[in-house]
Amino acid sequence: MSDLTRQSAATLAGAIARKEVSSEEVTRAHLDRISQVDERIHAFLYVDPERSIARAREVDQQLAKGELSSPLAGVPIALKDLLATKGVPTTCGSRILEGWRPPYNATIVDKLNAAGIVLLGKTNMDEFAMGSSTEHSGYGPTHNPWDLDRIPGGSGGGSAAALASFESPLAIGTDTGGSIRQPAAVTGTVGVKPTYGGVSRYGIVALASSLDQGGPCARDVMDTALLHSVIAGHDPRDSTSINGPVPDFVAAALKADVRGLKLGVIKELQGEGFQAGVIERFHQSLEVLTELGAEIIEVSCPHFEYALGAYYLILPSEASSNLARFDGMRFGIREDDGKDRSVEQVMSATREKGFGPEVKRRIMLGTYALSSGYYDAYYGQAQRIRTLIIRDFSAAFSKVDVLVSPTAPTTAFKIGEKLDDPLAMYLNDIATIPVNLAGNCAMSLPIGLAPEDGLPVGLQIIAPPMADQLLYQVGSALESALADRWGGLLISEAPSL
Amino acid sequence: MTTEYNAVITEFDPIIGIETHIELGTNSKMFCSCSTQFGGDPNTHVCPVCLGMPGSMPVVNRVAVESTIRMGLALNCSIAPWCRFARKNYFYPDMPKNYQISQYDEPLCTNGYLDVTVAAENGPQVFRVEIERVHMEEDTGKLLHAGGAGRIHGATHSLVDYNRAGIPLIEVVTKPILGTGDLAPEVAKAYVSELRDLMRALGVSDVRMEEGSLRSDVNVSLSRPGEEWGTRTETKNVNSLRSVERAVRTEMLRQADQLRAGVRIIQETRHFNEETGDTTSGRSKEAAEDYRYFPEPDLVPVAPSIEWIEELRGTLPEVPSIRRARLQQDWGVSEFDMQSLVNAGALEFIVASIDAGVQPTAARKWWTGELARVANERNCELKELTVTPNDIAQIEGLISAGDLTDKMARSVFEGLLEGEGTVTEIVSQRGLVVVNDDASLIAAITAALGDSPDVAEKIQAGKIAAAGSIVGAVMKATKGQADAALVRTLLLEQLGVKE
Repeated sequence: MSDLTRQSAATLAGAIARKEVSSEEVTRAHLDRISQVDERIHAFLYVDPERSIARAREVDQQLAKGELSSPLAGVPIALKDLLATKGVPTTCGSRILEGWRPPYNATIVDKLNAAGIVLLGKTNMDEFAMGSSTEHSGYGPTHNPWDLDRIPGGSGGGSAAALASFESPLAIGTDTGGSIRQPAAVTGTVGVKPTYGGVSRYGIVALASSLDQGGPCARDVMDTALLHSVIAGHDPRDSTSINGPVPDFVAAALKADVRGLKLGVIKELQGEGFQAGVIERFHQSLEVLTELGAEIIEVSCPHFEYALGAYYLILPSEASSNLARFDGMRFGIREDDGKDRSVEQVMSATREKGFGPEVKRRIMLGTYALSSGYYDAYYGQAQRIRTLIIRDFSAAFSKVDVLVSPTAPTTAFKIGEKLDDPLAMYLNDIATIPVNLAGNCAMSLPIGLAPEDGLPVGLQIIAPPMADQLLYQVGSALESALADRWGGLLISEAPSL
Repeated sequence: MTTEYNAVITEFDPIIGIETHIELGTNSKMFCSCSTQFGGDPNTHVCPVCLGMPGSMPVVNRVAVESTIRMGLALNCSIAPWCRFARKNYFYPDMPKNYQISQYDEPLCTNGYLDVTVAAENGPQVFRVEIERVHMEEDTGKLLHAGGAGRIHGATHSLVDYNRAGIPLIEVVTKPILGTGDLAPEVAKAYVSELRDLMRALGVSDVRMEEGSLRSDVNVSLSRPGEEWGTRTETKNVNSLRSVERAVRTEMLRQADQLRAGVRIIQETRHFNEETGDTTSGRSKEAAEDYRYFPEPDLVPVAPSIEWIEELRGTLPEVPSIRRARLQQDWGVSEFDMQSLVNAGALEFIVASIDAGVQPTAARKWWTGELARVANERNCELKELTVTPNDIAQIEGLISAGDLTDKMARSVFEGLLEGEGTVTEIVSQRGLVVVNDDASLIAAITAALGDSPDVAEKIQAGKIAAAGSIVGAVMKATKGQADAALVRTLLLEQLGVKE
């Protein structure tokens, strides 16, 4: 097999299953690639080649004995550093957790292990998943493989960049307001935010518990479906996870058919603030989808204009509470000069030193929004907007099967460009945030390069809660139609580095 | 009652309110599967969840919800068809997450009542204590201050034991209790006592007060008749029934002093000193701490079905006060005797003994007599003694069959308390057999009469009371194993004397 790092996960898994190549060889190829290019990309915060190779050998042995039948067995994966991994450093992109090795695995990690998927390492991210560019990492930014001066999206920029730079065929991300989808859009990769509760949150360090959702990332729709199948399902350790049957994502991806489906275009998500090239590619995709037999209908979601405001009250509120535990008492760094300090002094010095500016900003916002006398005006009001957005979606889904929009208003911006303007940064998630507020599922997939800058553009498909299979059915239809036109996937155009 | 106290009552009306935290007796913690066993080595009953490790998530203990609902039903509360947990945010090192999962504006149980009886001048008086709410929450860890006097002040460092973190608690909050007058301290005590008995009767907690598993915060305010309610103080963590009573009384006296001197009462928390009975100022609540409550997003709402609630209602036991009144009547004992056997912790043992076939009088005799005496001597509780209601039943069976005398029964108890084995084993090991063989008794009587010939003459002369010394001698000769009544009969027969 030619360059192992250029293959899809499905192809690699097939070859490994047929003993044409070993998991060890595949893993080594990716580790080699990481050592060649990651100095320039900085997708990874932690790689332990020996551990990965040992694990790949173990998987090879299990496969030889016929003990593994998972469709992705032996394929390596990159994991966002927000997921707890037993004995493996987990920083959440924050200095405050430097040196912490959790004594337990996130449920997603347990499921990946059980499926024989080999962990390559932990990927970079905005600190505690707060950001849209990965510039807010406590360990330095990640670079977009399409243009090293540009951001790879965020917060899961490390996972998306690892895919786009062919350092890993699969990745896990988490999406609180777009952290899987927006990085996928700006790196020409595929990412899915599952229905809230569709994948266990146990062991995903919480940013905003009512919005967070772990999900699959890959370079094509089928790989994403395969990975989604591995990590989905009810978890008794997460009482907010859905206790019901998991749809067949792979069958839906194979179906790849939009004939007779009604696709809603959200009126509010295509006007002001959207880059011309993004809109152009979006409209071309709609033409393709029409040619494939879908019916395009414009729908209005009038309350989406309040989504960003509601999101930036709910998220900081929950985050201010979730992040209270980082106090230097039990894990991570402790800022203690050995002088006779009180516990309050040590806690506050630890948080002052360990947290970056964006984290502090949001903790302060949230603390304020929850404080007595302001709760109703801020948190309470934001929850009411959330209800209105859910109603907007319900009304839309009574008319159409899925909704579509551009994933992000722009292509990848330059590193440093929006760092001093938090509001401009927040606006990047304008199209993705409503989905988290409502708990729906959504996918981003590449639909071409913007003519003005030659950078990838993503299309977002949104489906009703617990109808994630529709994302795969529509996504794979569009993906294969576009691949036919281009003579291959968009990602093959990515710089070879 | 002191003159000073009487003076306070004439001038002021007290209003009290009590918040009580009780540890539930579940096997596992509120939100994880760690053990709730008391007294393990520090930080051995912990896991990522109760340590608040990043990424870990709570899952509600169904038994704790069930216990809370049963408690709510027993307190005549409405059970919410849908309610949520909330986060109470504040930084403290004994709280792993720096927030406590509790319930805020959506408690599981609301609007109930509990009737309590206190002794008043003109007989028992019943007060209805209205219950505001019953809700669930998790306990915190425990700080151990080292290098000082065990207090934070003067300590060189502090250690945290998280074994207690996450133990399920229920909090029962009363509405303001009005109209108690001079009985306020007694009503407070009777309420906590009744609450404790109810928890035990429900089997939702064994309420080990000595381990601090029931803690009350006592609110007290005074106002002059007709005036607005006074400012209240909250005396925290009052851990015994006696202390509840004392804390109310102390605060009434202290506040009255202040008010008379024209000093404003500050809304604050106060600490109760068990040794002196005084309360001292804690932190002021004027600048109330802002706990930034919001619904716990890591947990789904609790929505008990009507079927489940009704099923639980069917499991409620008799209300302890009603049950006590019934037993008191059945046994024909005085209010005073009933109260003292309850206080001695003997009630359930007596009931169990009766259930095992013992006559009520005998059951009370053993548990409040011999066994209570030993418990008192050993400074322990009845339940710590190695004697069971079944043992009592067995011993009483032997006594009524004529196989044991009362004295021998005491010896069996001695053996049981020393852990010598079962009743049967002890009877045989200690050779406790009633001598019923007339011939050997007659021989012993003859021998005793031979030793004191003058006694026989006295008896025959009509001084039957003198028979006691011969019976005593025979009992001594038979090592107490003869039936004394039988010895007496045989002796009189032998001397030809009729009673």
